[in-house]
This record gives sequence, structure tokens and C-alpha cells, in this order.
Amino acid sequence: MMNELRIKAGTSRKSAYDLRSPITEIQESHTLAIIVDNEAGVLARVIGLFSGRGFNIDSLTVAEVDHEGHLSRITIVTSGKPAVIDQIKNQLGRIVSVRKVLDLTVEGPSVERELALLKIKGKGKNRVEALRLADIFRAKVVDSTLESFTFELTGTPEKIDAFADLVRPLKLVEIARTGVVGISRG
Amino acid sequence: MTRAMTGAKIVLQALIDQGVDTIFGYPGGAVLPIYDEILIQNHIRHILVRHEQGAVHAAEGYARSTGKTGVVLVTSGPGATNSVTGMTDALMDSIPVVVITGQVPTFMIGTDAFQEADSVGITRPCTKHNWLVKDTDKLAEVIHQAFHVAKTGRPGPVLVDIPKDVQFASGTYTPPDKVRTSHYRPPTRGDAGAIMELAEKMESARKPIFYTGGGVINSGRRACAHLRQLVDETGFPVTSTLMGLGAYPASGKHWMGMLGMHGTYESNLAMHGCDLMINVGARFDDRITGRISDFSPDSCKAHIDIDPSSINKAIHVDIPIVGDAKRVLKELLDVWRTRGKKTDHEGIRQWWRQIDEWRKVDCLAYRPSTKTIKPQFAIQRLEALTAGTDRYVTTEVGQHQMWAAQFMGFHEPNRWMTSGGLGTMGYGLPASIGVQIAHPESLVINVAGEASWLMNMQEMGTAVQYNLPVKQFILNNERLGMVRQWQELLHGERYSHSWSEALPDFVRLAEAFGCKGISISDPSYLDEAITEMLDYDGPVIFDCVVEKHENCFPMIPSGEPHNKMRLGDDVEEKSIGASGAVLV
Repeated sequence: MMNELRIKAGTSRKSAYDLRSPITEIQESHTLAIIVDNEAGVLARVIGLFSGRGFNIDSLTVAEVDHEGHLSRITIVTSGKPAVIDQIKNQLGRIVSVRKVLDLTVEGPSVERELALLKIKGKGKNRVEALRLADIFRAKVVDSTLESFTFELTGTPEKIDAFADLVRPLKLVEIARTGVVGISRG
Repeated sequence: MTRAMTGAKIVLQALIDQGVDTIFGYPGGAVLPIYDEILIQNHIRHILVRHEQGAVHAAEGYARSTGKTGVVLVTSGPGATNSVTGMTDALMDSIPVVVITGQVPTFMIGTDAFQEADSVGITRPCTKHNWLVKDTDKLAEVIHQAFHVAKTGRPGPVLVDIPKDVQFASGTYTPPDKVRTSHYRPPTRGDAGAIMELAEKMESARKPIFYTGGGVINSGRRACAHLRQLVDETGFPVTSTLMGLGAYPASGKHWMGMLGMHGTYESNLAMHGCDLMINVGARFDDRITGRISDFSPDSCKAHIDIDPSSINKAIHVDIPIVGDAKRVLKELLDVWRTRGKKTDHEGIRQWWRQIDEWRKVDCLAYRPSTKTIKPQFAIQRLEALTAGTDRYVTTEVGQHQMWAAQFMGFHEPNRWMTSGGLGTMGYGLPASIGVQIAHPESLVINVAGEASWLMNMQEMGTAVQYNLPVKQFILNNERLGMVRQWQELLHGERYSHSWSEALPDFVRLAEAFGCKGISISDPSYLDEAITEMLDYDGPVIFDCVVEKHENCFPMIPSGEPHNKMRLGDDVEEKSIGASGAVLV
């Protein structure tokens, strides 16, 4: 519910993207999954392309996904006008170590998740309130001391934003986020 | 069959198996094992340049004039960094070059060792792909893949960085046919539906134009042959970018001359006013488009390119066709012929009538002089005295380059070598050396400006050492002519640092290098001097002292659309808007 409300203009995964004009001026957010050869310098090639050509990186994650095939999966959330998004995908496709570029935002429905660790310091009532909010968001306590909790929360970036906003007044002292990973449905 | 040998020997064997006959290089500590191997074989000729940048430009000239892949061998650190400009140049102009660099031994990488540089890191953005090879067993495979990547799809430079211990160590040699071919296989066949759509548009177009680029030349002679057939059979006018000159012959009756910032009036106005633009292997470069928002406003645009990222990058096109020019043009020709070779004859006749009106403007006209040599006149005389010969032309970068493109005619592909995308001053002399190596019996001329030429003049030593009869045709205006022109038109005639002071005496410089020097400043003796240059069997530095303040026209001022082109007589109106001045 909250997720639905926090969607930024132009970022809906439910739009009829195939019908969009490639020359509109609307900024869109896209989640790209880039399958690459897992070799030295491959991440530098990909992010060097973004910095060199002035493209945006809103979030970035990378890990090996196929040990035998030496393949890694880089997930990048990027934003730009539709023509720029197309250009990003085409430029990525040119990199010799890039095997495949998937645009999860337009290629059918997909699931996106991010993991965050949030450290909240406090005593007394605030501790109870933090636990209550964590319960609502299904955040897990992964570490606790007498004066702090560390929560693990998985969800969409919007859900993590929402949780972080709510616990910030309770003295949120540190937050670590993985960035988005995504996969197509079905 | 696989064999064990040292890494250095593997390098040589791999080059031989790739059909390499020439490498351009410069030795140094980190490539000495490879240089040892070069000494004890007879298959590959090594050309010793005087600077690593020269090696890459020479390899580019070799590659561009033959259609083969150029090969460069340089050492670690400064050897690699000096070759960066050449690789960037090759990347921008899509020239296949394999650069092999030595590297400090693997156990010293990252220690700031002597002559260590992060070569793969530095060259990542200026190569198509690069490799650091840490295992001698993988060396042959990587080199074979490097050649595959350099030549496949949109060509470009690649770099293979080989640490010295890998060169010394023993490993297994893998021949090319045993190498797991790279997954890198860009599509070459255009979409049949899109080709059909384009053929239909060609049938009804009233104001069509072919706009061709370096991609046609990279695709090869077959692509050029298909283009010629298509142009001649449809009767459509054709123009070309700087990189594409020669794909369609300048003597062809549908030729309109080069387009773009210093292209012909008729080409640019035809681009602006056309109703169907067929771009083959060009990339809507900013020198071509002028102001994007006013670029050819009323045309349907088709774009044939092997690189999907070139499509819709600068200009939105209506019919994108990703594929190799030779295949797509063949299919387009077949489809259009099968459908009955239809065109709108009446429309095209009127279109040509309009183009002929534009032609009457005579946009390349200049005010002749009997006192000084006009640079345009010098090129015209050079053209007149060499036309029809077995001739290759390279250039440096600047006004002389544009005049050469305007006044020289290229009738075959691979005869014109120039630095288009990067605009590298210092390209022409080493490129002319690479061309002459590949074509020892042909006439090779580098049309140069004195400032550009000085940037890599050390390569005259290479020309003399290998007795390469390259003709350095220097238009000497003692100015950085194009910079001066921009300062005149855009910066209120404030000529900040755009003159060449303390120039060498080029005749004595030639003598110092051990070649011939000719200096000429009187237009009435120009022909005689050019003939003397052509007749001399050896390298010549030709110092042609020209009019100092000549501007290159026509010109689309930056930030302006095609139909705002300035001709030579408009020079009184000098101001160019502030928004244009920001652009380069």
C-alpha cells in the first residue's frame, strides 16, 4: 500500500512502456540487470561507461551468479529520458564482456528487493517503539545490546525509505543498504 | 596441435598465424623478450618509429589503406601512455588496431615499479576491449581474440598487456582454429521488415539523399560497390562525411561533395531540405548536424549502422537498420530491384534541378591571387598534377584538411586517411608512413599544416630510415589556421597564441633528416615545384608558403542549422551568437 503511494512520476512498472514515445522529455527510472563475464576490470568497464558518458547510477549491486560459467550479474538502477535509457542499454551492449542486458522495468513484470541494516540507539520507551515499528515492517533484529538494536529489513527501496523515516527520530545512527537486485517474474 | 614455447615466441607465432606482415613499434625494457624473437624470424617486418603515438597512427594508416588490422608493439609505462592518443583516434574513427604493450612482471604489478602504468586501466575508455594476460597458457587465445574483436562488428583498437615474466615463461601455444571463439558476434544482417520499409520510401521519395560515412569503407569494397549501384540506379544524390570520402567516386554524376561544417552548400542544403535521408555507416556527428533541433526538419530518416548505439544517439531516426553495410545494401538493392526499380522520376528531376541551383552558388570559390599562393589553389594544383595516379592521401588536422577534402577527388575507398572524430594534429605524417609501408609503389602524400606537422615531425626519421618516399605537402601559413579562423569569427579577432613563431627552415630541416626539402612562395612556380616533389624518388618536405589569413569556407557556424551556412563572401558579417561560441 505504502509502496503504491510512493511511486515517483514516470517510474511505474505498470505503465504501457512499449507505447511510449522515445522522444518524450520525461525522466524515467529503470532497473537494468547486466550479465557480464566475471573477469578483472569488468565492473570498471560498466561504471566507466556511466561516468564517461554522463549517465546516472542511482543504485548498483554486483555479485557472481554462475561460478562455472564465470558470469556475474550487475544490477543498476538508472534514470534518464527514454532516449537516454535506450542509449545506455545500447552502449552497455557494446562492451565486449557484457553478455546480456535486461531492462527489468520494461520487460514484463519483475520483483525488486533491497536489503538494509539499520542501527538504532536508545533506551526505554524508544526501544519499545523501535521494536513495534520493526514488527510492522517485518524487520528482523540481528544484533542487540543494552543500548542499541540492529535491524535487518528486506523490501523495495521505498519500503526501506519508509522504515528509515519512521525510526530516524528514535535515533537511527547508521544505515547500510545493498542497493536493488531484481529478477523478472515467472 | 598445441606446442610449448615461451610467451614471447607465442606472441610472434600468434601474429604470424593471424597473417600479420608488419608491426610498428618501439622497444623498451618490458618488451625485450618479444624483440628478441622479432630478431630471429623473417615473417614479420618491424618498423621502428620515433614515438609510440607515431606507431599507432602508422598502424592506422596501414589499416585504413588496406582494410587489414594494424599492429603496434610498445613497452610498458610511457610506451603505453604515449600510444593513448593513437588508440583514442582509432576508437573514434573505428580503425582496427591491435596494440601489444609490455608490462612489469606480474609480481611487481601495483608496486609503482619502474615504467609501470596501469595500462588496461588507462586505456579502458579508449579501446574497444583490452586484456592483461597473467598466464602464458592463455596468451595465444587472448591474442587471437584480440584480432577477432578488433575486426568484428564496428572495428576499433584493442590492447593486450603482457607482463615481462609471462613473456619469459613457457606455455602452450593454441592456434587460431583451436581457440574458443569469443561470444562477441554482433549481428550483421539487417531487419528484413525495415529494409522493405526503406525500399518503399525510396519509391515515393521526391527529395531523397544518400548520406554515407566511414562505415561503408570499413564494411569493405563490396559495400562500396553496392552503394554505387544503388546510387546510380536510383539516381538519388549522394553526399558523404569526411570519413566516407571515396566510397562513392567523386567523379560519379550523383556526387554532391562532402557535407557538414565545411561541406558543400548543395550537400548541406539538400540535407536540410530532403524528404528521405538514407544514412549508411555515418553517425550524425555534431560536425554534420549543426543545430540538432533544426536538423533536416521534414525528412524521414533511415539509418544503417552495425553499431546499435549509433542509432538514435544524436538524431531520432524513423527507420533504424542494425547490420553490416555490405549485407544491408545488398538486400536493399535486391528488394528495390525485385519490386520493379521504381522511383518518382519527376520528383527527382525537380530535386536535381533545385540542387543544380544550389550548385551555381559555387560555394568553394575563393579570391585568387597572383602574389601569394592561396592554400586552396595549392591543393587544386596538387590535385591536378596527381589526379589519375595511384595515389593515397593522408592529412593532419585543420584548415588544410578541410581544403583537401573539398578540392581533392577520391574515386576509390581506402585512398583517404584522416583523423575525423578525434581531430588529432600530428596524425598525417605517421599515417602516411603506414600507408607507404603497405603500398610501397604508390604515391603517398600527406597534406599538412605546419603546426600539425611539427607535432610528430620526428617520424621523418622513420621515413628516411626505411626510404619511404612520402611527400609532406605542408601549407605553411605560420598560423594555427583553424584556431585563427575561429578567433576571428567568434572571439573578436583576438588572436591568442595562434601563430607559429620560431618555425624551422623546412628545407634545412629536410636536409638535416637526410631527405629533400623544397620551399615555394611564388604561385607562378608552384606547378614546377610540385612536379619536382613528385619526381623525387624519396621522402620530401614541401614547404608551401601560403596566404596567411585565408579562411576556410563555406562554414556552418557552430550552433547553427544547415541552411544558415556562410559562404566566403559573407565574411563581413562576423559575429556568431554566444550560444554558438560555447560549442567547439
